[in-house]
Amino acid sequence: MASIVTQAGRIAWKDLRIELRSREIIYTMAFFGALLVVIYSFAFPAKADLVRAAVPGMLWVTMAFSGTIGIGRAFDRERENDTMRALLLAPIPRLAVFFGKAISITALVLAVSLVCAPLIALFFNAPLFEEAPMLLLVIVLGSAGIAVIGSVFAATLLKVRSRDVLLPVILYPLLVPLFVAGTNATAALLTASPNIDGVLVSDPNFPAAWYWIQFLGFYDLAFLVLSFWIFESLVIE
Amino acid sequence: MPLDRVVIEKVGKRYGSERALHGVSLELRGGSMCALLGHNGAGKTTLLGILSTLVRASDGKITYRAGDQAVEGDDVRREIGLLAHASLCYGELTAFENLALVGKLYEVASDRPALTALLDRVGLDVRARDRVARTYSRGMLQRLALARAMLTRPSLVLLDEPFTGLDRGGALQLGEQLGELRATGAIVVVVTHDLEAIAGRTDHVAILQRGRLVFEERRPDDGGGYDYDALKDLYHRHAN
Repeated sequence: MASIVTQAGRIAWKDLRIELRSREIIYTMAFFGALLVVIYSFAFPAKADLVRAAVPGMLWVTMAFSGTIGIGRAFDRERENDTMRALLLAPIPRLAVFFGKAISITALVLAVSLVCAPLIALFFNAPLFEEAPMLLLVIVLGSAGIAVIGSVFAATLLKVRSRDVLLPVILYPLLVPLFVAGTNATAALLTASPNIDGVLVSDPNFPAAWYWIQFLGFYDLAFLVLSFWIFESLVIE
Repeated sequence: MPLDRVVIEKVGKRYGSERALHGVSLELRGGSMCALLGHNGAGKTTLLGILSTLVRASDGKITYRAGDQAVEGDDVRREIGLLAHASLCYGELTAFENLALVGKLYEVASDRPALTALLDRVGLDVRARDRVARTYSRGMLQRLALARAMLTRPSLVLLDEPFTGLDRGGALQLGEQLGELRATGAIVVVVTHDLEAIAGRTDHVAILQRGRLVFEERRPDDGGGYDYDALKDLYHRHAN
């Protein structure tokens, strides 16, 4: 019998295959994310010191907002022909369904983040990629967290009529610790100090960044364990 | 492990303060087709949901049996084939891709020749099989849904209004295929208002009214199925 991971992989691959064919979710998320960056460019002054303070927040708000669109639509797709029922009826651990959806949503949120982060860097001349590998790690952990927490509640709300309104209302409070950790980790990587000429130069605060990265990792892990525990009871009426 | 008996004992379901089912007891047997009848809101779909393991009963229990053995969990789900008004298929995948996905999840043979034979059996147009399912007509979708349900060779086939949206010919053809499933020894449970489509094939009738089982009758093994007039008469006498 195939393991949970294999079956989750099959479900995730099915989702990604559908998305590669329709490109509906990714285009919507990317367009919305890009739109937010454009709005930020009008709303925030592009001064070097302000940019470093504001960019982490811009990145994480963009990830959260476009991520919510992706999560909602990914689960709506399972509602259209009642395919979620079919997945839950399959003789596989129901956790594999959850895990598969979370993997595919992580990939979507990650892809959109990797489009929006360079846009933010471009529009604000922000030094986002000076510590690119660590920033990538922060974004991966953040995307996984958004997908894991979002998948649990999106699956629960699948049969609720006002799910589009309820999902962000339920999701965002639970994502607050993730945002705090994500923005702090990003801000720590963007820390700058003035040199002797008074020009700001990058001076990443690695201990702080690592602290928040570990926090992100633990938060993801905690919700993963909690999700494994409660998912089945939430999706069965 | 094919199921040959399902025993429903005093099953009830509450949604908040609303009671959808009250102490329903019923026995379903292999090689039999049970028509679950009743008006809208009678609790038919809820009972089907509980039978499919997708809805949790508030009271009572259901025992799935294969010979002397009780079957539980994933082993029960492996034996269930569900055909509903919705196709349970992905619109952005082709017929072959939809069936291959089911084959992988259920770990049954889903190579192209096997799937082609199955699609031939349900009569899905050859030219449509490599097209994405969202381009299908209602009848084609229902054929694909039937192929999906039959791919796993289920021994408990649950049908929730499977004839909705089908033309008369399609409904009668689906009825014939359900009769064939019954002949293979499967337990078939059908929720429908289309009595004509199941006439002559169903040998067990259960009628629900406001969540209660108000009538149950089973024809003897050699007694043939209920004809349309008999079904209509039972429905009008007990469902109202």
